[in-house]
Amino acid sequence: MNPEQLLYAETHEWVHLEDKGGQKIATVGITAHAVEQLTDLVYMELPQPGSSVSSGTSFGEVESVKATSNLYSPVTGEVVEVNSDLPDNLERLNSDPYGSAWIMRVRVTDEDALAKLMNHTAYAKQIAG
Amino acid sequence: MSDSLLKTPLHAWHVKQGGRMVEFGGWSMPVQYTSIIAEHQATRNAVGIFDVSHMGRFWFSGDNVDSVIDGLLTRRVAGLEPGKIRYSLMCRDDGCILDDVLFYNLAGYRPNQPFMMVVNAGNRKKIFDWITSQMAGKGIRVEDRTPDTTMIAVQGPLACQAVASLADSDPAQLAYYTGRSGTVCGHPAIISRTGYTGEDGCELILESEFAEQVADEILGRVRGDGGMPAGLGARDTLRLEAAMPLYGHELTESTNAAQTGLKFAINLKNREFIGSAAVRRAMDDKGLPVRVGLKLEGRRAARENCEVFSNGNRIGVVTSGTFSPTLNQSISMAYLTPDGAVSGTSVEVDIRGSKVAAEVVDLPFYSRK
Repeated sequence: MNPEQLLYAETHEWVHLEDKGGQKIATVGITAHAVEQLTDLVYMELPQPGSSVSSGTSFGEVESVKATSNLYSPVTGEVVEVNSDLPDNLERLNSDPYGSAWIMRVRVTDEDALAKLMNHTAYAKQIAG
Repeated sequence: MSDSLLKTPLHAWHVKQGGRMVEFGGWSMPVQYTSIIAEHQATRNAVGIFDVSHMGRFWFSGDNVDSVIDGLLTRRVAGLEPGKIRYSLMCRDDGCILDDVLFYNLAGYRPNQPFMMVVNAGNRKKIFDWITSQMAGKGIRVEDRTPDTTMIAVQGPLACQAVASLADSDPAQLAYYTGRSGTVCGHPAIISRTGYTGEDGCELILESEFAEQVADEILGRVRGDGGMPAGLGARDTLRLEAAMPLYGHELTESTNAAQTGLKFAINLKNREFIGSAAVRRAMDDKGLPVRVGLKLEGRRAARENCEVFSNGNRIGVVTSGTFSPTLNQSISMAYLTPDGAVSGTSVEVDIRGSKVAAEVVDLPFYSRK
């Protein structure tokens, strides 16, 4: 996915939105900047498919050699799919953070929460500041 | 980062090398430059260069320094021969641990001050005050020269040869835990065969003004062989694999020296020191939790304060844990009740609400060939 066309949360997750059969499906991952800051990733915990996630709250965790960090959901809805290959192939977060290292897909149930997300320009400004 | 943090003489050097600076023990220190795992592997396979200038360095003057300091340490240092260095604990009256320290007898670097001590960064003021109050009236002076000096740990299988090429002698000629006054890059230095990584290597103490030059020269010698600067992150994973305790984790003011398993560092034979009676009692108390190693299933690390269970009963708590780059699995040190602290025992560690299977193992996790 082209990072310039994604939406971003302050907490360094990216979102790709698409309409599928009238439903809004969000694909969620973490940004290259987040991966670079975390370094040495060794473990990731994914949410259960079918579980609910809520914008701004933790849906999983990622662990580096040094520390454990929460993953915060940028959207509100139901988890419909998770990238179960990812925890055993965390190097994909370095090589392809906006593609094969996607983390979960969520059926969005509250579109109002999407208004808080930033475009690429705004996110680039945040991480530069 | 707060400007109130102390900076080592290598602070600008760390920034130039791309160090990610964090607070540690009141100091601004590099946690890593590139990747903790890369710096860890470089130290195991080639050389890691660590700035340990944040550690406290005290020099003593007066008569019978070794005999007086002996009364403060769990290890005998009275009569310590020139060139020798002792690792020891320092206890309160109740046998609990104020710090772990290195005590040196190295004539030559400072006139009339052969004895020095290296203490943990976060304990520097506490230990300076403790020593000063305990030595009051005994004719001994202690001088804190931490800000005036630098300490650089050069660690790894190629460390000694790199330093040898810059020094007036080869550190590999020194026995472990000995040191000498010499020169590095032509500057007066204390060179010791010591470290905190479980790897061969040496540590250098010089006046602060020479820090950058020496760090640059060493880096220049080792870079072609895969050597690199290494930060506190790698220092922690390296010492954990080697099962070296860290003050504030395995060693605290509520841990009796007898619980640590550091038998080599506690000498109770025909001697008394502050806390010796309480340490003797604790040695005989078979109910106290003791330090063990845990190997966990998977890659998820248990961190400090994770609880340990056996058959549903809480038997202890993790003091340090990390992903081990060498073993490629999660390892921890923990204090467990003695019945659970037996190698081979299956336990569970509660990591943020989920129970992870683990096995009690002998320490260390790693020892070099």
